[in-house]
Amino acid sequence: MKRLTHVLVGLVALCFTQLLLAQGAIEITRGTDKATPIAVVPFGWQGSAPLPEDMADITANDLRNSGMFAPIPRGNMLSYPTRDSEINARDWRMIGADYVVVGQVSATGADAFSLTYSLYNVVREQVVLARSISGTRTQLRDIAHHLSDEVFKELTGIQGAFNTKLLYVAAERFSVDNTRYTLQRSDYDGARAVTLLQSREPILSPSYSPDGERIAYVSFESRRPEIYIHYIRTGRRERISSFEGLNGAPSWSPDGTRLAFVLSRDGNPEIYVMDLASKQLRRVTNHFAIDTEPTWMGNDTLVFTSDRGGRPQIYKQNLSSGNTERLTFVGNYNANAKLSVDGRTMVMVHRQEGYRNFQIATQDLERGNLRVLTETSLDESPTVSPNGVMLIYATRQQGRGVLMLVSTNGRARSVIPTQFNDLRVPSWSPYLP
Amino acid sequence: MQVIKFGKAAALVVAFGVVVGCSSKGGDTSGAVDPNAGYGAGSNGAGMDNGMNSEEAALRAITTFYFEYDSSELKPEAMRALDVHAKDLKSAGNRVVLEGHTDERGTREYNMALGERRAASVQRYLVLQGVSPAQLELVSYGEEKPAAMGSTEEAMAQNRRVELRK
Repeated sequence: MKRLTHVLVGLVALCFTQLLLAQGAIEITRGTDKATPIAVVPFGWQGSAPLPEDMADITANDLRNSGMFAPIPRGNMLSYPTRDSEINARDWRMIGADYVVVGQVSATGADAFSLTYSLYNVVREQVVLARSISGTRTQLRDIAHHLSDEVFKELTGIQGAFNTKLLYVAAERFSVDNTRYTLQRSDYDGARAVTLLQSREPILSPSYSPDGERIAYVSFESRRPEIYIHYIRTGRRERISSFEGLNGAPSWSPDGTRLAFVLSRDGNPEIYVMDLASKQLRRVTNHFAIDTEPTWMGNDTLVFTSDRGGRPQIYKQNLSSGNTERLTFVGNYNANAKLSVDGRTMVMVHRQEGYRNFQIATQDLERGNLRVLTETSLDESPTVSPNGVMLIYATRQQGRGVLMLVSTNGRARSVIPTQFNDLRVPSWSPYLP
Repeated sequence: MQVIKFGKAAALVVAFGVVVGCSSKGGDTSGAVDPNAGYGAGSNGAGMDNGMNSEEAALRAITTFYFEYDSSELKPEAMRALDVHAKDLKSAGNRVVLEGHTDERGTREYNMALGERRAASVQRYLVLQGVSPAQLELVSYGEEKPAAMGSTEEAMAQNRRVELRK
């Protein structure tokens, strides 16, 4: 019976892929190579109605997005085991799988589900992980992402970041003077988007607090820029900066006690740090050039964009000593830097000398070497997953803003699926409890 | 797009004004474009029937000022229009908003700063003409509110602008 189903699946594999794309599954724009081949077999489920989520597919996508795994297409699988005792190592060796994930979902209550899964090492013919994860119907995606995290951790030693969230702004332009801006919060892969804020005026630069409970952003709702802190759970909002001129680019200190942002109340854009408990402001930069896009390197150093050298470049300034140092020397435009959690790699918007394209590049802060990661042309707003394995950035495709996910090793690339026409300013959450 | 059309209409108005030498009442509609200005039909004999006045009306109709890429330097044609706006602002004492905008190239927050730099450049010019800084509010929208969609050179040129709004 299983074999029969498989043959059928194989025959319609192409159509199935098309269908998935149409339904908004991750669109693969570039394949993976040299990544570990892994098979995530469709999970068993005995219920009368099909589950609302294809959990094995979610996990396969997660692993692919890391750039470290190459999930084997279902159409290539020779059997569909749902428990490790059903795994025939030869079936998987033949199709080149190094690992197999099998599992079955069972209903354990009115709205309670449990996924029992095994991770199998094909070479050693050995089960390396066997666990179960449970949750409600609305948590099936969470269960799948959780499974991805566990498999990823087991095989790479790196904490998985698939159970994280993404903030971004969607713009729906009806006419020149009529655009609806919404602040969206979704799974990191774009699924389950929820609108947190809606405005007829631009919303910009959303940024997650390190505890994952608050968001800082810029809103033009009063027809001028103001910085708000938005409490995700309650929806409560606190306006924290509404000075004359620019109020922009908020960035949380890693300890969550301070917010760095940009004000031009003294005549031109300067970087300030606000202590959130006392609301006390401290001016950090003092230069007639544009200073903007602060981001933290530890709790005592800010990295920012400045055109004090004539062109936008990245600088860092120590808050205690005031010492300032230029960090970028390659390219004629480097801006909007973000740091990896370990502080060793900087990601930024980069334009090479003599080129028109803005691309996302990484720079090794110890060795200084720079690597261009993207192949598109109006790339901006990079945001890095908390484990540094993936990054998401905004770019343009056929005149509309899209979010692209790339693995930092450069192997995986995909467009984040969405129901919106125009997306921008993604911000990746920290690890969430 | 619209602004360009305004500009053309304004040029026509000037041409008519000079050729026909008919009257117009500048300044009465607080800078809004009057499509009938210069045609003479609506003249109520208030005097000042000369081409200069029509040209002033045409310049007054220009409320969007364009910039080169990555530049906040005012162009000569912008200055001529701003001279008229400065005169109006000084006599009326009203408050206006200078909205700075950029094209889509570069990062959004950097463009926010660049848009403000452009608005500040217009502000500086108006203040030099004697307008009180208190009459001028600066707001930068960066690249967030493009006048024209698309990534063509033409669209981007229309987006690098400062709009004077009453």
